[in-house]
Amino acid sequence: MTSKEEWPLLEVKNLHASISTTKGNIIPVNSISYSIKPGEIVALVGESGSGKSVSALSIMRLNAPEIKYKSGSVINYKGKNLLELKEKEMRRLRGNEISMIFQDPMFSLNPVHRIGKQIAETVKLHRKVTPKEAKDIVLDLLKKVGIPDPERRMSNYPHQLSGGMRQRVMIAMALACQPTLLIADEPTTALDVTIQAQILTLIRNLQEETGISVLLITHDLGVVAEIADRVLVMYCGKIVEEGTVDELFENPLHPYTKGLMASVPELSEHSKRRLETIPGSVPNPLELPKGCNFCDRCPYASEECGEKEPVLTKASAESDRQVACWYPLGKKGEINHYAKTSNFS
Amino acid sequence: MFFKFLLRRLIYVIPTLLITTLVVFSFILLIPGDPVVALLGENATPEKIAQMREQLGLNDPILVQYGNWLLHAIHGDLGKSIFTGQPVFEAVTGRLAVTFQLVFISMLVSVGLGMFFAITSVYFPNSVMDYIARFISILGASLPNFWVAMLLVVFFSLTLNWLPATGFISITENTAGFFKTVLLPAISLGAVGMAVITRHLRSSLLEVMGADFVRTAYSKGVSRWRSIFNHGLRNAMLPVVTTIGIGFGNAIGGTVVIETIFAIPGTGQLAVNSILQRDFTMLQGVVLILIVLVIIINFITDIVYALLDPRIEY
Repeated sequence: MTSKEEWPLLEVKNLHASISTTKGNIIPVNSISYSIKPGEIVALVGESGSGKSVSALSIMRLNAPEIKYKSGSVINYKGKNLLELKEKEMRRLRGNEISMIFQDPMFSLNPVHRIGKQIAETVKLHRKVTPKEAKDIVLDLLKKVGIPDPERRMSNYPHQLSGGMRQRVMIAMALACQPTLLIADEPTTALDVTIQAQILTLIRNLQEETGISVLLITHDLGVVAEIADRVLVMYCGKIVEEGTVDELFENPLHPYTKGLMASVPELSEHSKRRLETIPGSVPNPLELPKGCNFCDRCPYASEECGEKEPVLTKASAESDRQVACWYPLGKKGEINHYAKTSNFS
Repeated sequence: MFFKFLLRRLIYVIPTLLITTLVVFSFILLIPGDPVVALLGENATPEKIAQMREQLGLNDPILVQYGNWLLHAIHGDLGKSIFTGQPVFEAVTGRLAVTFQLVFISMLVSVGLGMFFAITSVYFPNSVMDYIARFISILGASLPNFWVAMLLVVFFSLTLNWLPATGFISITENTAGFFKTVLLPAISLGAVGMAVITRHLRSSLLEVMGADFVRTAYSKGVSRWRSIFNHGLRNAMLPVVTTIGIGFGNAIGGTVVIETIFAIPGTGQLAVNSILQRDFTMLQGVVLILIVLVIIINFITDIVYALLDPRIEY
């Protein structure tokens, strides 16, 4: 029942979040724009510190109070700007229409409450249900996320469950009120590899079953290839490339995207290639380069790259691909010199 | 399983009880002054003194004296007061009710106010309430209880004339009178505990409120009040339960000073009088019963902790 209608469910426009510190302003999210359509799985990819978590938490308005949004930042959800909602209205959306799962299920569940109670809390907050109805909903959810013997499990405490089970409980909790948007912040990072695959399959299946939109935040391109429809690549608080999964993996346009892909180890027998790394490290957020943030690490950078900042622009007329680079790569992963002349003004 | 845990904890109590009573018993005998001289007066003949010592069993080795005393104590017989001849057990339990009422109200003050200040300070960070809470938590912990008692008496009794400076009316006699007489001593006794609980719970709650599971609660649509009461408090109370248990013990010890200041006829006052009169049997009885009380409170603290934290395996 996946319905990919054309209007966006969530539309982020010029989202700009900053923290002022004694050493200066840090801008974890620098004027990013993207949208998520109903039923779509969008992946937000980037290294730690690229601003992906801050931008995701902005949707829930759960960032630390020190993080301020610049005026003009818009997060439209069903036509309402979430950044302007009253706290009470926002609370009605959280867990009800927009819900979230987090990285480490060990710490994301309350250690002193039974898991059944924690799932039921979401239901009770947003629906008028009797205790019996709440219990039935919880049992149903636990079954749905594949927890065996739910009747017994619901009276367990989090420490009595394995990591994978706990993440399943988190997912059950997030889906309790049949939300329209699920934000998954590194949902598999803290799990064993075999469990990771199970959780990803579960998210994919539940997505297909319910038609929910998913914003998946990850640093793992393997995860992206597995389940995402569309990918946003973030670097230093900015989106540097956007495209469908197929487009992106087949033909990365931004040197950073290419670097990320090259640094994923291949596990095939024939692969004899050395694992590549991106040279250098993420620049200090207090001393970002004047031009392109990636220029110091980019093998293709020219002098101009350090001078002028590239903006996210359409890469071709036929698709929605976008890239922020003066020298986007061509089909074979080489610099497209034609692009240079067309982009520089 | 829980029953086994209880049983094991109870067994731990026995050596604690034996060691503490032995120590207390020996220390009391080290107090300068001879009870027999105190009893018979300065002019008693040496023969009479020797006879009295024999009669009271004071010539036996300490361990024998302790063994005899313990054997009787197990049967509820703590001997008779050297001075009044009144059975010690009766005298102590008769006064215990008074001390209980005082300690209970003082714990209500320290736990109730401590929690109130800690929670409001976390809910309204950097507000006036937050600063008051932080100020109180430092001030309360640095003032000795007898000093607080005197300040309260000067202000509320002598200046404002609102509350009596001394005396005690039991709650069974007159409820209004009880609250009037118990308020100042209870506050003096509970001030330190309140300060410690405020500080401890505040820092514990602040830490818990930054935890991932509280963020999860917010992501479910939980309000701030609910996140504090439903998710933060129970986790934050875990380390504070121990503090409260210790505070109980301190309050029982503090009654010795506070009951003397406010002339409250409780066990604390009885202990002081027994020391002054060298009434050994009475003092041993009082101390034994207070020790048992503190041990019971520690026992309860352990159980409450285990009940609050499901991660504790018993």
